[in-house]
Amino acid sequence: MTLYIVRRFLNYAILSLIATCMAYVLASVVLDPAARFYGMNPRPPQSSIDASLDAMGVNPDIPVLVRLWTWLTNLFTQFSLGTTVGGAQVTAEIAARSGASLRLLLIGSIIGAIIGVLLGVWGAVRQYRMSDQVVTYASYIVFATPTFVIGVLLMILATQFNNLLGTQVITFTGEYTAGISGSWWDLALDRAIHLLLPTIALVLISAASYSRYQRSVMLDVLGADYIRTARAKGLPRTKALYRHGVRLALIPMSTFFAYSFGTLIAGSAMLEIVFSWRGMGQFQIEAIQKNDINAVAGTALFVAVLYLISSTLSEVLYAALDPRVRS
Amino acid sequence: MSVMQEEAIESPLEPERDITKTRKPLTRNGLVWLRLKRMPRFWIGISVVAFIVLWAFVGPLLYPYGITDRDPLNMGMGPTLLHWFGTNSIGQDIYAQTLSGLQKSLVIGFVAGPAATIIAAIVGSTAGYVGGWVDRIIQWFILLLLVIPAFFLFILLSPLIKGLSWVVLMFYIALFSWMIMAQVVRSQTRSLRNRDFVRAARYMGMPTRTILARHIIPNMASILIIDATLGVVSAIMSETALSYFGFGIQKPDVSLGTLLADGTAAAVTRPWLFVFPAFVLIALLFAISLVGDALRDAIDPTSGMNRD
Repeated sequence: MTLYIVRRFLNYAILSLIATCMAYVLASVVLDPAARFYGMNPRPPQSSIDASLDAMGVNPDIPVLVRLWTWLTNLFTQFSLGTTVGGAQVTAEIAARSGASLRLLLIGSIIGAIIGVLLGVWGAVRQYRMSDQVVTYASYIVFATPTFVIGVLLMILATQFNNLLGTQVITFTGEYTAGISGSWWDLALDRAIHLLLPTIALVLISAASYSRYQRSVMLDVLGADYIRTARAKGLPRTKALYRHGVRLALIPMSTFFAYSFGTLIAGSAMLEIVFSWRGMGQFQIEAIQKNDINAVAGTALFVAVLYLISSTLSEVLYAALDPRVRS
Repeated sequence: MSVMQEEAIESPLEPERDITKTRKPLTRNGLVWLRLKRMPRFWIGISVVAFIVLWAFVGPLLYPYGITDRDPLNMGMGPTLLHWFGTNSIGQDIYAQTLSGLQKSLVIGFVAGPAATIIAAIVGSTAGYVGGWVDRIIQWFILLLLVIPAFFLFILLSPLIKGLSWVVLMFYIALFSWMIMAQVVRSQTRSLRNRDFVRAARYMGMPTRTILARHIIPNMASILIIDATLGVVSAIMSETALSYFGFGIQKPDVSLGTLLADGTAAAVTRPWLFVFPAFVLIALLFAISLVGDALRDAIDPTSGMNRD
């Protein structure tokens, strides 16, 4: 089993590396790092533009592949991803911002997966009943709503709620209240409240897709012979469902989890911007707007590493659930 | 000698007096239509879509305000009889803007979605049929897309279309949303290519292009139709998301995405700026996905992914 997981891990690692390189090349080709200097008035002399581009390692006169090679060597020898257009280290920016993003992404996807799986199983067991229909159509409505619309609608609802109570109960701008001071407990509570709305939004979108998938897998399992066998030999219905049904239905879910992770990352990036979080998603979008090649490549690496971790985890989960893989 | 008289014997198999007309054998399309006809969600979906399309294109003609007209007496007003969806802070009418944005989003969706399906059909079937390096490149490409989410690719490459017209955006969206479907088409093609009728065509010396166009792609018409319908939803989603974050439609063009972006800043204090366009968008996408979903069930009632 260890060998299997190691092999899969290497496979994903190569894939992530290639994807990051591809993002670097695409960013280098598409973005024009000199554009911001041309907009300056008076325009700086060409020599100083070149010097500053050289210092960042993004001078378009050097071939893209050479630049990519320098970038990779710096990454693997000095753990440096270069500097942003603002002069900060990309690694430092990522360190400062990734905490907020990961907090949202982890909490949102875990709660979303749990709720999604439960709703899916419930829907499959009670197929065509009222509750199943309600969950089905509710998930269709969530599918039909762009992520940022969910975010803003939640903000409007929270404001109405605050107005109703007459005090500011739910705060939602930024990842914490600016300039807040107090005990550790106050700070944690403040962050938790700020986390509330983006997490609800992320849970909604992930639970909607997980519940659909889990429901259809569960329906396949419910029709299988071994469930009938389990019932025929006298196992109570709930026991047959949960011991033989849900466990098996979770196997394809572990793959789907890794597969849908990219969508979740994109979704949480949008939510970060909607709720004005200083997170990775905002960093990435600003980087593209500022023609900042190093920052774009850094965020691509970040996303690729997340993909690497989540796919490996899902392989571990798969192996743990399915004994056939282990042998 | 009496000749044996032939007596009329009552046939035990008396032919039925009234012949019941046998129904014409049901064609595949007829069967699909028959199933579709019985699904309420198909009728709900299709009538909402039809209504919204009609509303988007006829509505502005019946309404006194244009998208740039300003009403200085009613700036930042909530919905009234004069301005149905209210006005923004400089007195522009939100109803007129919503309909105009809706038009653009509809055109983009209904062109880009099916266009992506066509690309997917061509690329996927070629990869599956020809195999070799074409196949391998496409496989890698799709794998890489799992690592870098499509939305990031969209915004990363958006400088390419900056400053160009919204028609370019439409094709840009189509150009980057065919990959997953191509994968499905590819695997279907792999299973079709060794079937007898395809083999016969190959041995008759038909060129590959003709085999793909006559035998492979028509055999996948059903999944392609479903994908084209649901592709409209994802194309509209991509357009609104891109425009919302400033990478898609640019001023002075209006789409639902730019409209929602404008409404966001004041969404909390003046909800009508955001809520009306948002609800129109959600209703449209929900209705199209109902139609797509009903189509999928009608075409393939045993499909595992969707049993409702």
